[in-house]
Amino acid sequence: METVLTTHFADERYRFIDTYRGFGGYEALRKAISMPRDAIVEEVRKANLRGRGGAGFPAGVKWGFLPKDMSRPRVLVVNADEGEPGTFKDRRIMSRAPHLLVEGLAIACYALTIHKAYIYIRGEFVREAGILDEAVSEAYASGFLGKDILGSGFDLDVTVHRGAGAYICGEETSTLNSLEGKRGWPRLKPPFPATIGAFGLPTIVNNVETLSDVPWIITHGGERFAALGCEKNGGTRLVGVSGPVQRPGIYELPADVNLRHVIYDVAGGLRDGKKLKAVIPGGSSTPVLRADEIDVNFDIESMAKLGTMAGTSGVIVIPEGTCMVRALRVLMNFYAHESCGQCTPCREGTGWLRKVVGRIEAGEGRPRDIELILDLCDNMMGRTICALADAAAMPAQSFLWKFREEFDRHIRDRKCPYGNRF
Amino acid sequence: MPSLTIDGKAVDVPVGTTIINAAEKIGIEIPRYCYHKHLSVAGNCRMCLVEVEKFPKLQTACSTVVTDGMVVRTDTEKVRKAVTGVLEFLLINHPIDCPICDQAGECELQNYYMKFGLHKSRFALEDKVRKKKVQDIGGQIVLDAERCILCSRCVRFLEEVTGTRELQFFRRGDHSEISVFPGRPLNNNYTGNLADICPVGALTSKDFRFKCRVWFLKAFPSVCTGCARGCNVEAFFKGDILYRYKPRVNEAVNRAWMCDFGRLEYKKANNARLLVPFVREDGREKMMSWGGLLPQVAYRLKDAVEREGPDAAAVIASPQSSNEELYLVRRIASDLLGTKNLAFTSRVPGDGFSDGFLIRGDKNPNSRGAQLLRIPGGPAFDELVVKIAAGKVRALLLFGDVLGDLTQEETAGLLSMVPFVAQAGTNEGPVSAVATAVLPIASVAERGGTFTNHAGRVQRFHAGFPPRGKAKDTIGFLTSLANRLGAGWAFDGEASVFRALAATEGPFAGMSYESIGSLGQEAKG
Repeated sequence: METVLTTHFADERYRFIDTYRGFGGYEALRKAISMPRDAIVEEVRKANLRGRGGAGFPAGVKWGFLPKDMSRPRVLVVNADEGEPGTFKDRRIMSRAPHLLVEGLAIACYALTIHKAYIYIRGEFVREAGILDEAVSEAYASGFLGKDILGSGFDLDVTVHRGAGAYICGEETSTLNSLEGKRGWPRLKPPFPATIGAFGLPTIVNNVETLSDVPWIITHGGERFAALGCEKNGGTRLVGVSGPVQRPGIYELPADVNLRHVIYDVAGGLRDGKKLKAVIPGGSSTPVLRADEIDVNFDIESMAKLGTMAGTSGVIVIPEGTCMVRALRVLMNFYAHESCGQCTPCREGTGWLRKVVGRIEAGEGRPRDIELILDLCDNMMGRTICALADAAAMPAQSFLWKFREEFDRHIRDRKCPYGNRF
Repeated sequence: MPSLTIDGKAVDVPVGTTIINAAEKIGIEIPRYCYHKHLSVAGNCRMCLVEVEKFPKLQTACSTVVTDGMVVRTDTEKVRKAVTGVLEFLLINHPIDCPICDQAGECELQNYYMKFGLHKSRFALEDKVRKKKVQDIGGQIVLDAERCILCSRCVRFLEEVTGTRELQFFRRGDHSEISVFPGRPLNNNYTGNLADICPVGALTSKDFRFKCRVWFLKAFPSVCTGCARGCNVEAFFKGDILYRYKPRVNEAVNRAWMCDFGRLEYKKANNARLLVPFVREDGREKMMSWGGLLPQVAYRLKDAVEREGPDAAAVIASPQSSNEELYLVRRIASDLLGTKNLAFTSRVPGDGFSDGFLIRGDKNPNSRGAQLLRIPGGPAFDELVVKIAAGKVRALLLFGDVLGDLTQEETAGLLSMVPFVAQAGTNEGPVSAVATAVLPIASVAERGGTFTNHAGRVQRFHAGFPPRGKAKDTIGFLTSLANRLGAGWAFDGEASVFRALAATEGPFAGMSYESIGSLGQEAKG
């Protein structure tokens, strides 16, 4: 299979500019600045590139939202605040191929006439931030960033900005607030970032993987990129497989790869002869699938048909022997901890869910707790400024729908059937 | 102009109007906590969710701008469930300590619970998140973090109105709370407004705390007398005691705010009041009846004029008096006594602090009115003081409780030069300590009239209750005095005086209490 991103990941020196250039790095940027700006955007549109941050919004369309009027400077913000549990693909790109990101963002900035880009990187990614810093310095030194890039007269300044440790800051408007030095609260929309974003300026926020795809698209053409994927989503995706499988890790796969194939062939199946119990397909907020539901293509539309999402394609494999109540409690702890506290249904709902699921697992569940959880989810979903309430409610609902008997048993027996072992 | 329907009722509103305001226009109240007309839209309480046709999700009415042909519903099952759901969420970690909460009775959690909730609690009591209660965060405010529903009104007020940003959100999720930064308490002159805008009992007024349950209070519209701004207020009272001022919305004067100094002005109507007429003879105070004292005052003024000429009498007017009162005072001085010794001053003891927002340097509500009514101020007052100091004034009628910015000693020294000083005042002070005769008059809460603020806006204040003790309505007292000086006036209440005033005084020409209304009217000139 042809790969877009991971081709040279095995080469430890690929993160340095010389090696990167040895493999043709920054030629796409050179090509891009010889192209009309619209042609670059058109190429990305033809590539059918959908945002890799989880929502899957078409990148070319998003770029088109910038106001035509050029009176205000524009900003690109790279969302490198990868925090969705089960997701670790952007981290891999930044540690193995930081120049893919730098080149991709430079091309995007050139195409959109943006002279200032921020890479907002998750605070915990200390090592990756160092690597990125170094890559950015190298790119400056080689004339791919800074003033008059490759003699084109185009200037671009890039700042690597580290977050301070909040999941919510990966929500793009929180990212912007945090970047501005404010509390990381999502913003009420409209206005959308394309009109009023970072520092009040028109802003494009793109995911790391999305931008890292751009150099290949420019080199090989949008159509060829599109052909690597499926009808509704061009190119490849970095799929992260975690859990007790033989070969956990990041794999570059076609956007419509079969999910069973991912788990059993690509990742080698479960370890220690364990049987599969459940799969969370696209990062912790996506609804869980039972083991009998995974014979399905992993593209956005097929997942939606199953009532779940491809999300960040962080596949979490859950083996038999795992208590689903306890697994949900872990997730509910996470969302209650990470809710920013701005909107009532999320602030209070995530905390309440954590308490109810917690008491069921502790053997103190009450007869009506399951109805209560489902009703709370209903009162949370779609009722808040950002999607965090949905992100907490979706797993809760799906765990109950698909593993109801485990919850019932906890309540009935007043204890966890799996004991204290995780 | 977009036209839309809300619950089937059609309404036309200007471009840019939000659903919440369009609904208000046709009498549909959409519940809200974070929305406040005078602050930016936050959209975070999620109480104002409504259904908008063609939108799959419920929309916040506070932030959604109407479009032509929009169909909005606030009365569907989906909306009701959402609103009840939000209310339930708000209440789970709320302490529900209404019996000891000052907000009870004017609490939006109580009001909306009665209207939209009435649900039974599904929350385990032991699960409630505990936060710190009774925190003195500075200014006039006590914070109870447990009662807070995190609507962010206070945070926005301090960002957008005062620009001082003392309050911020701390922590996350259901442990979120508002607080000040360590060692940085509230530090502005508008903190009292925080208790007003707080929809629940999280921010309460130190001054009003535990003083009275609000349902025992009645209110009447008034005007703050603390400075020349004339902030519109609602005065709350029980019996003949004022309990608090709250700002009354007037976009042209104070929007929805008032300062912390003005907020405590009400105390003057309660404390250290002059309540009984008395005379001071040989250093001893002797209580009098009005009927006994008033003829004496009239006699001494007339006597001074008759014996030593009109300029042996003097009148010092007060910018704390209403337009109506000042008009009568001028006529007594000029027409009845015929003296040229009539003056007022806006000076008061203290620093005359002003801030370019609401607080004016002039600490009187009606200096502008005195000017427009042609009562000499400024140098005229200083000249009169010189005359008094030179012993040329034999009888002085003095309004107000202070004599300009003179200290107690200076006041005593100056007034000792006048054989007869009659004071018409409301409160004990440097003047009442030495005046020969003291005439207790009604406080601003006990009489009515108009003040003209610094910008020439004439605003009405009202009597909330009858004068305390033996204090008397000023207009009644001035009319009796004038008639004893031979006037033959038949004024009956402030309205009749204002009609006379509007008929002769150019700046007020054409004005009436009707045209002034509840929000005031600009005087000419």
